[in-house]
Amino acid sequence: MSILVEKDTKLVISGLTGREGTFHGLRNREYGTDVVAGVTPKKGGQDVEGIPIFDTIGEAVSERGANTSMIFVPARFAAAAMEEAIDAGVETVIAITEGIPVHDMLRTYWKAKEAGVRLIGPNCPGVLSPGKANVGIIPAHFFEAGPIGVVSRSGTLTYQIGNELAQAGVGNSSIVGMGGDPIVGSDFIDIIGWFEADPETELIVMVGEIGGDAEERAAEFIAEKVTKPVVAYIAGFTAPPGKQMGHAGAIISGSSGTADAKAKALEAKGVRVGRNPTETAEIAVETIGSRA
Amino acid sequence: MDLLEYQGKQLFAAHGIPVPEGKPASTVDDAVAAADALGYPCVVKAQVLIGGRGKAGGIKVAESEDEARAHAEAILGMQIRGPRGEGPFTVHEVWVEQASAIEAEWYASIILDRSAKKVIAILSAIGGMNVEEIAERDPSALLKRYIEPGTTLDPDAGRELAAEAGLPDDALDATGEVLAKLYSMFGASDATLVEVNPLILTADRDVVALDSKVTIDNNALFRHEDLAEMSNPSDEDPQEAMAKERGLTYVKLDGNVGILGNGAGLCMSTLDAVAQAGGSPANFLDAGGGSKAEAIVDALEVITSDEKVTALLFNIFGGITRCDEIAKGIITAYERIDIDVPVVVRLDGTNSEEGLGLLADAELPNLHVEKTMLGAAERVVEMA
Repeated sequence: MSILVEKDTKLVISGLTGREGTFHGLRNREYGTDVVAGVTPKKGGQDVEGIPIFDTIGEAVSERGANTSMIFVPARFAAAAMEEAIDAGVETVIAITEGIPVHDMLRTYWKAKEAGVRLIGPNCPGVLSPGKANVGIIPAHFFEAGPIGVVSRSGTLTYQIGNELAQAGVGNSSIVGMGGDPIVGSDFIDIIGWFEADPETELIVMVGEIGGDAEERAAEFIAEKVTKPVVAYIAGFTAPPGKQMGHAGAIISGSSGTADAKAKALEAKGVRVGRNPTETAEIAVETIGSRA
Repeated sequence: MDLLEYQGKQLFAAHGIPVPEGKPASTVDDAVAAADALGYPCVVKAQVLIGGRGKAGGIKVAESEDEARAHAEAILGMQIRGPRGEGPFTVHEVWVEQASAIEAEWYASIILDRSAKKVIAILSAIGGMNVEEIAERDPSALLKRYIEPGTTLDPDAGRELAAEAGLPDDALDATGEVLAKLYSMFGASDATLVEVNPLILTADRDVVALDSKVTIDNNALFRHEDLAEMSNPSDEDPQEAMAKERGLTYVKLDGNVGILGNGAGLCMSTLDAVAQAGGSPANFLDAGGGSKAEAIVDALEVITSDEKVTALLFNIFGGITRCDEIAKGIITAYERIDIDVPVVVRLDGTNSEEGLGLLADAELPNLHVEKTMLGAAERVVEMA
């Protein structure tokens, strides 16, 4: 088992016919993901290297049995595509698109919640379950299957830490990009909860950054509900207040959302926090080793 | 994107929220003409994107034309620092408005609560100080109401909130109206923050927005052309303006180690690593996923145009980004621009061997390759 994407994932990609959509969609298929359909309005009946295109996600679900949707369309159309996927009845929606208006996400978040659909992202690199399926833009060649689940607000930082784990010979159950936006479909709490329930995951690495209080809330959740060891890393100790550091959600507002406060909240609940990506990977490897 | 006070007030007025009558001016003569037209007493207010303008001498009451002229002369062109040391910001515009007879000062805001994923309306019978100060003085004085998904904040709900906050009976209807209009403006303008501090009760028992703080979601500017035009680039730092023009994500900091990373998280982490090694970062620059050579040249130009930079660190972990593309960018940049500071490069991930090979063949002067992120951070701090 892994979480979110598996051998039985049947993926429909909104925006498969775009340049980036084609590039990453085909890479996902090459990895072994069962990409069953693409969706582009008015292009139904065409195909991308043998992947059939439909006008709507609903058709991809009824005709090809799609159960997971990846959103790869431009920001101004992304909320509508997510809502279409939710209405079409997929189980999981993974939104890669960056730059979606936050009011659009507010609406979409609650729609997904009410429908019981798992929404990952937006502004995230996707989800990889090594050896099983890759949905998104995570460069899968760095990662092997193994016992560590990783959840992160940042893409490249995930690759950095994942690569250090791989070099130490430890693989991953799943790697989940949570997304760098102020409002994301699933928070640390949701994703850590799924890792806790996943028999293959033995340890969880969470990678946070400045802005919001998702890490602080995760600290409470871990103390109350999580039995598996969690190792954390937080980026942005040197970030000045009031400045957006790349990600729309990475901003210290007044005195809240600092890296220091997040690290302290986690440590107060017994979560070990690495001072840098290398140390974080080392702590994870050491902790896994001592359990084996 | 933050709006200036008067831009926010114009947006308030367009949504039917009462504001004092006023005019913007960017010259002393225009400010005096505005004051004459509005009548005395009036208030000359510096338009900069920070709090604490009053304490800094940026807000003055004028009783006569002579006073209006003196205040406009003093305020236009003045440099104002924020309460946390932000800036300095130069005052390019003033807002001249009719003075209000203030009976009471309150606080009202509509904000996005990112953890609850809900909009929240806040009202307090205490106003005129910032919300953190109110919270510190008396947390119970801040009344918060979540707007549940699928519902709205109508005048009746606003009135209830006003009554709960203990506002006077004859102001409840008007305050309820203002709150409902602030809420509808919040959605219609794709705002992430709308704050009125103070919201005042005048001697005539009118409820009026005496100040405004409005933040608009940058990601939604494509559907608000009028608001997109309001941005105020003259206040920006020269490097930040240059980066913006080139579509780069750059934030200026105080130190001397120039930094280029790929991905926002890795870039923030690189700043932290430099600080942990005893150095001081000069900037945040995310070259982005899938960076191409041209973007690297642009980025290097922006970083090296900051005279404080005495050494430069490239920290790249190639996922989608190919390290050979990054190396080509570095080599091209050396051909096109003068790079006279030491450069430390760490290239790892996709095509790193090809990238490092290209760099070795190019034999660039004063360029040093390090294998690990932490090693590179230590090296660049030694050289800075």
